[in-house]
Amino acid sequence: MRRFLVLLPPFAWLLALVAAPVAILAGIALSQGAPGVPPFLPPVSLAAGWQGTLENILTLVQDGYYAGSFLRSLVVAGVSAALCLGLAYPVALGIAAAREGWRVPLLAMVLLPFWTGFLPRLGAWIGLLRDGGWVNGVLTGLGVTAGPLPLLYSDAAMYLGMVHAYLPFAVLPLTATLLRRDLAVEEAAADLGASPWVVFRTVTLPLSLPGAAAAFLLVFIPAAGEFVIPELLGPPEALLVGRVLWAEFFQNRDWPLAAALAVALLVLLIAPIRLFQRLDEGGSRRGASPPSRVGGTAADGRRPGVLR
Amino acid sequence: MAEALLRLEGVTKRFGATLALDALSLEVMPGEFVALLGGSGSGKSTLLRIVAGFEAAEAGRVLLQGRDIGALPPHARPVSMVFQSYALFPHLTVFHNVAYGLRRDGVARPEIARRVAEALAMVGLEGFEARKPAQLSGGQRQRVALVRSLVKRPPLLLLDEPLGALDAGLRERTGLELRALQRATGAGFVMVTHDQAEALALADRVAVLQEGRLAQYGPPQVLYERPATRHVAEFLGAANILEGRARPDGAVECGAGCLLRPPRAAPAYALRPERIRLVAQAPAEKGVTARLKDLAYRGDGWLAMVALPGGAEWRVALPADAAPPAPGAALSLAWAAESLAPLDA
Repeated sequence: MRRFLVLLPPFAWLLALVAAPVAILAGIALSQGAPGVPPFLPPVSLAAGWQGTLENILTLVQDGYYAGSFLRSLVVAGVSAALCLGLAYPVALGIAAAREGWRVPLLAMVLLPFWTGFLPRLGAWIGLLRDGGWVNGVLTGLGVTAGPLPLLYSDAAMYLGMVHAYLPFAVLPLTATLLRRDLAVEEAAADLGASPWVVFRTVTLPLSLPGAAAAFLLVFIPAAGEFVIPELLGPPEALLVGRVLWAEFFQNRDWPLAAALAVALLVLLIAPIRLFQRLDEGGSRRGASPPSRVGGTAADGRRPGVLR
Repeated sequence: MAEALLRLEGVTKRFGATLALDALSLEVMPGEFVALLGGSGSGKSTLLRIVAGFEAAEAGRVLLQGRDIGALPPHARPVSMVFQSYALFPHLTVFHNVAYGLRRDGVARPEIARRVAEALAMVGLEGFEARKPAQLSGGQRQRVALVRSLVKRPPLLLLDEPLGALDAGLRERTGLELRALQRATGAGFVMVTHDQAEALALADRVAVLQEGRLAQYGPPQVLYERPATRHVAEFLGAANILEGRARPDGAVECGAGCLLRPPRAAPAYALRPERIRLVAQAPAEKGVTARLKDLAYRGDGWLAMVALPGGAEWRVALPADAAPPAPGAALSLAWAAESLAPLDA
């Protein structure tokens, strides 16, 4: 009974804020569109009984426009996550190697852009990259280019925005992993004749792979559904799931199709989310094994905080 | 005189304001097993890390086989180290753990396979090649760590508390195996330990470190029977410390009814509990009468706490076959004059 009372709040929370909205969304996805507010017929009604349809879901599978948008989203998310990982690894390595007093300020610098508004940041990028913006102004002013370069509304601008927005998601788990590592193991490798680069390649890097995978997925999962950044910085042809969904919902007022898109994206991301959870559990179990000389690492298996 | 395998000259190391090593000099001969013994903060682990190259000495030289290796990074030093936590590579199998050093040296694969198999056989770990460290017991991990270093045939092996993580039952046996391995390979061993029994049992010479300085360096018997300082006497097993006022005739008063005739004058003397005998009549200048305060059975004998007339408390080891005296009984104690070890500090 006590157990039940303890478990009640989180389950109530999950039910109200996760399960119920997903159920409503799934219901809309199964319904037919109709003029009116809201613009669909409920799939089941007292008067008419079952009046739902699988048409919306079939459309997603059969129409290359939607399937293509999913594929593009996954590619953009994958490239963004890979870029973030590549940039975050040296940053995390540096933070982990820094003196204890320096770690918090360095992490704060990584997080700083996170604390400024999301839209003003994108606005700043637009101001920098647009035809009459800072970058083009300087380039044409110095005579480097004859006219403005098409910087904004390009893949490059989109990835710039993605990396800028999601980099902290990659830096934090990597820093935690690298701080938790047993430095004695690296010393042992050096002692056995491994140069610093070989120590990194044969010990540090393989042992940090779970953290790197977690960093990749933490960027990949939200990036796959990202709407604002491709919309504001990306090229018009970058029709990602988020943009298509937005268009169906607000422009076409096709709620059932938009809902079907949202549910499909959720289903598509279950696999990477499960993978991330597995890695996370594995990471905490691994943290229990070797005692370490790293500042915040405890030998008793509890997971140390990043900042200690 | 053969050339020293390892020679430390005036090695000094400071951590902030703390002096970890204070101009320490030490020699290890080829094939010698040396124990660095000291309490925490004595500088023994720092010394090991300076030889391995993980810490840089502020002053002084580290010579290996006559060559100054002080400026070499750890991977370029021919010494090898066994870490206290073993520091096995958790992502590699036992085979690849042991092969790691050989691969770094560019040894050919068939040769690596042969030498790894040979090394694992040496410590009875045949058949464990494919296991990961997490699938091994503590004792097995310790042996993998040991042969991972030894397989490279280093002239000098450094061991940081190699038995510290093992439980008591395993320690003695593993210690003897360690010694047998050292004899078999002929490598010089320098082992850091805080366990005096371990140091006395395994080492050819024991270096007692105190506050970054070498308090005494010599064979275990000499350190035990002839400790140079009070610290060494107390660190190496139980010792009764006798202080007293020297009389003009050379005798020393060590309290009421206690008179010593030491071999030479010193500020204090050490007397081991097992050098004291129970006699019918305490002899003058080589004995004393004391009162039994407490008695503890130790299996191989009794440890008696006795109070001297002057108030000092001594420990006396009594043989197991002796009928234990009752608390409060007066005991007549005697010792041989040469059992008194003069202490200089």
